[in-house]
Formats: sequence, structure tokens, C-alpha cells
Amino acid sequence: MTELSGWGLFPQIDCRVVRARCEDDVRKAVLAAPLIARGNGRAYGDAALNPGQTLDMTGMDRMLSFKDGMLVAEAGVLLADIIHAFLPRGWFPLVTPGTKMVSLGGAIAADVHGKNHHVDGSFRSCVDWVELMGMDGEVSRVAPGDELFEWTLGGMGLTGVILRAQIRLRPVESSWIVQDSKALTSLTETIDAFEAAMDAPYSVAWIDCTDGPQHGHSILLLGRHARSEDLPADRPKFNLQRRGKIPVPFGMPLLFKGRALQLINSAYWRLKARRAGRALVDWDSYFYPLDGLANWNKLYGRNGFIQFQCVLPRDMAPDGLAKLMAAIAESKQGSVLSVLKRFGPQTSHFSFPMAGYTLAMDFPANERSLALMEQLDKITLAHGGRFYLAKDARMAQAVAKADPRAETFAAMRKETGLAARFASVQSERLGL
Amino acid sequence: MSGPVLILGAASDIARAVARSFGEAGHPIQLAARNAERLEDDARDLATRYGVEVTTHEFDALETDSHAGFVAGLPALPEVAICAVGAMGTQTKSEADPQAAIQIMRANYEGPASVLAHLANAMEARGSGTLVGISSVAGDRGRASNYVYGSAKAGFTAFLSGLRNRLSKQGVHVVTVLPGFVKTAMLEGIETPAPLTAEPEEVGAAILKAVRRKTNVIYTRPVWRAVMAVIRNIPEPVFKKTSI
Repeated sequence: MTELSGWGLFPQIDCRVVRARCEDDVRKAVLAAPLIARGNGRAYGDAALNPGQTLDMTGMDRMLSFKDGMLVAEAGVLLADIIHAFLPRGWFPLVTPGTKMVSLGGAIAADVHGKNHHVDGSFRSCVDWVELMGMDGEVSRVAPGDELFEWTLGGMGLTGVILRAQIRLRPVESSWIVQDSKALTSLTETIDAFEAAMDAPYSVAWIDCTDGPQHGHSILLLGRHARSEDLPADRPKFNLQRRGKIPVPFGMPLLFKGRALQLINSAYWRLKARRAGRALVDWDSYFYPLDGLANWNKLYGRNGFIQFQCVLPRDMAPDGLAKLMAAIAESKQGSVLSVLKRFGPQTSHFSFPMAGYTLAMDFPANERSLALMEQLDKITLAHGGRFYLAKDARMAQAVAKADPRAETFAAMRKETGLAARFASVQSERLGL
Repeated sequence: MSGPVLILGAASDIARAVARSFGEAGHPIQLAARNAERLEDDARDLATRYGVEVTTHEFDALETDSHAGFVAGLPALPEVAICAVGAMGTQTKSEADPQAAIQIMRANYEGPASVLAHLANAMEARGSGTLVGISSVAGDRGRASNYVYGSAKAGFTAFLSGLRNRLSKQGVHVVTVLPGFVKTAMLEGIETPAPLTAEPEEVGAAILKAVRRKTNVIYTRPVWRAVMAVIRNIPEPVFKKTSI
């Protein structure tokens, strides 16, 4: 048995871990006992934990072919490996989440999104097909439009074991990003700026959710891939140097409380506001700022932390976000990093995004945070919103079931027998 | 330096990591193992990631009669040959069944020594090349818990040492690799102390570095050198009472 947790280090559960190196290993595991497949463990909560059998897919990380931007690879390959192999050849993932340390299978299962969702959609947009092992050990290839494909993208590994997939990469002329940053002083201003920037390829905002004087202040970052002519002559087009990693010790969270957090937030805003404007940023710090800190999940101490991420439909968002932010400020639990993003429409059956605004925050794993998050759940539901399963570690079943799609998903799993074979601590908790 | 690199016992976790290290450095790769068709995906992976040429070859370490033909049949005599062949078996089975023990001895000593002997002669004739043998710290001193495996690795370590001594004047270098614990299929389900346990990628990187620097003996985690120095120097009357 191995004590295992998601990236948030909460919850930690003893699991029997089985490692797969080839398709036969997966088949043996699938036929042996109920299981959940696990990639690189970057889901925050309990989505990739199963005490009876957790199937570690990181040994299946082969890239099988590449032609004209189309890559066939096994599920355990990391986005970091893909970037390392293909960015120097002028290709970059079409959609990437905020860490490059996710596995391909995990990106598909969670149907991850990036800063370009409003333009390019979720990870699904780049997937041509997925090979999935069902409960009978048979492998089927599913493609957009197939029922099983639509449930698999966002299905959290509960539709079978993702073995391999073909994805399309995006051609880029350089590894640099032209970034325009704007300092804004209220939520309303921030939303207006997002709406005005709907054709910006990438957009994301950092927003102050503390109860300090700068509550609602934000830094909006717009970006696009730099073309050759955007680069100074002496700048190499492709910079692949791996950044050194700064180790993070346990026990830092003491710094992140109350007044200190307010000060950190307003200092950050002022610093960024002074530097607002255009800049050329390298791909790694633009897309993956936190990957530069090894184990930044340990910032919150041994008990770990919990992410809260919800999405609110476009018309309900201004009111809902204001209420969410007020509740956070009032709780004095303010999150160090609160991130706001504009989404485009939903695509797959059970994926997280919908046209509107998504707010993500992390809180230390403790009673007060859990109570706060229950309050945030209520506000979200009252505004027609829903929650991101890849970040969830603690939602109540009733909350999950408020999303009508959850019942349909659970019914489909029950009818087809999938529920009896593919299960995680999360799927049991939420009754999926 | 970008000549072909042969990896014997290519299906293991360490071998895969080693192949990636050398593939990333731009070497064409020759993968060799039993049931060569199961190396196909690894071959495609190396070619896709690094754009290097990869070939796969049928090779059985225990079929020593076939080794001369195997070496002669390679598309090119490799610049570097890395032997990752080995089998740990279980000590209890080896104790109960000497025939099983012999298979472990053959897989860890006889087979690897035989194929490296053929490669050594060919490289000696050419006047250049590097041979890498992945042995084990288990060969540094026989212990009750795995002395059959350990004794074969001890033999292999001594073989590599002698080979290095012989070939150093002929332009051929020999690297002995003593990995210690590595997170591989071999150790699955066995608890090992984290500071002493390396990832396969560390072994891959360490071997690439050792080949380039012509290091003689490497412990992939340096702490092992100290650990084994202590274990080797425990006086026998004391050692026989321990259970390390």
C-alpha cells in the first residue's frame, strides 16, 4: 500500500498502486479489480485515487508518431515532454493548463482548459481520437461525435482507461509570447476588459480577493505567440532552456494569513501595475509560472490545500463573482492566488467549461476553509454555475448532483456497467 | 560523439531511460532483447522524440551460442554497448532449487559476460568503443537476503574490472555501473529508503555522463559509495550475525 494524494495533498489515502508499462499490464489490471487510472497526480483532490487499485500510467509514456503537427502518444506522456520534443521544431500544444506536468491521459480525462478557452475551446479541440480500454479488456478507438468520446473528455477516467490518443499541435514561429498587461481597479472594469479582449488569443486575470483596500484590483494579462518579426534580432527564436527549480520547504503558510496576505496582494498589484504594458515573455514563465517552484503544493504545509474553481454563466457572472469575492473577503481566508478567466461554450457532455467566467482559488485544508467553500458552493449554484472536478476534493454529493449532467453521467455508467469497474474516491463521494 | 549505441536487455525500465538519454544526445540506437517485437513502441518513441534512427534486434542473453552471430549481425558495430541484462529472481526460490539459482547466475553473469566478450573483441580490433555493464551494489558483499543474485553480480563486476584493465591499452573503455535501488519493475512492491532510491532517469543521465567522461566505476547515487564502504568493512564475525 502506498499513501497517495492529489496535488493538493488532501486527502491522503492508502492505495494499492499497480504500474502499467504496456497494454497487457493495463488489461491485467482492468480484469483483476475495479480501478482508476492515474497520470502524473496533478489533479488536486481525490479524482485519481482508488484504495483497491490505482493504475499508475506514467510508465506508458511513449510518443509513437509525429507528422505535420499530429502526434500519437501514450497516455502517460507529459505535456512537458511534448513541448520539449516539439517546440524546437515549431510546435506547441493547442491547449495547455497552467502546469506542463500533466499527463496526456489526465488532460483528456479532465478535458483541461487554458488561457485560450474563449477562442480555442478545451483540450478536446486538439484530440482526433482516443484509444480506451473498456471493462472487458477490449480496446476501442473513439472520435469526436462518438457518445463514448464525448463522455470520456471530462469523464475523469470513469469511462475506461485512456491508453493513447492522437492530438494536434499548433504551429508557432517562436517560443515567445507577446504579453499586454493591464492594471484594473474593480471587478466591473476587469469584466469589461475581458469582454473587450474576446479576440485576444490568450487572456487571464489575477484578482485580489482579500478584504484589503485593493479588493477587486486585478492584473489582466493578454497574450499571443510572437512571430519572427516581433523578436529583437539577437533573440533566439526557440528558447528551450529548462529553468532551475526553486525548492519549497514545508511551513511557509504562516506568511499567508490575514494582513500579510493583503499586503502581499497589494504589493503584487502595485508592482505589476507599474510594469503594465507590452513585454516579450518566454513560453515557460508565461504558461507555467508555478512550475518554476518545485513542489509549490507544499507551501501550505503538510495538511495540504484545496482548490476551489467554479464557472458562472456569462449573464450571471458579474453578480455571482461579486458575491463570491465578498464572501471570501469576509472570511479573511483570502487566497494567495485568485485567477479569473473568460470561457467559451461547453463542448463535451460532461466537461467543466461553459460560456462565462471561471474563478479559481486555493485555500489551506482546514475547517474554516471547508466551511467557506460550502458557502461558495451555494453562491455558485444560485447563479447557475458549476465546479471543476479536477480541482475538487471535498464537494458534497448534493452539490455535484445539482449539475443535471451528473445524473445522466451516473446513469450512463450504471447502465453500461462502467460504474462497477472504473471508480475513484471522488466518483464514490459524488455518486458518479 | 554520435555513433550508434547498443542497449542489451532493452525492455527494462533502466534500459528505456538509458536509451532516452543517448537518443536525446543524438545517437542512433540499437535496441536488443528477447521478443524484439515488444520493443517496437520504444523504438518509435525514440525516433519520434529525438529524430534518431532506431533498430530492434532479437537477443537472448542465455543463448550464449548465438552471441557471436548477434554481434556480427548488427547494422554497425556500436560506439557504445550498454548491458542492462539481469534478473533478480527470489532468494528463497534460489535456495530451495539450485537449478533456479543457476538461471539467476547465468542471467546476471554468464550471459552478460559472454556478449560483452564478443563486443570487446570487435571493439579491440577496431581500436575504439565503450562498454558499459550495469552490475549491482549487491555484488559488493554477499548477504543472506540475496547472495545468489549478489554473487553473480560480483562475478560480473570482477569481469568488467578485468576487461577494463585489459582494454584500456587498446582504446576501449569500460564503465561499471552500480545503481543501488532504482524505482523499477524489479523493486515493485519492495519498500526502499528514499535517499538511496534513484529514478531510472537518473541512471540514464549518470551513464551518459560516465561514458563521456570515461569514468571507471559509478554508483548512480553517490551516497551508495559510502554505504557500501561501510558494509564491505564490517568484520566477518560481526557481519555474519547481522541481517542487512
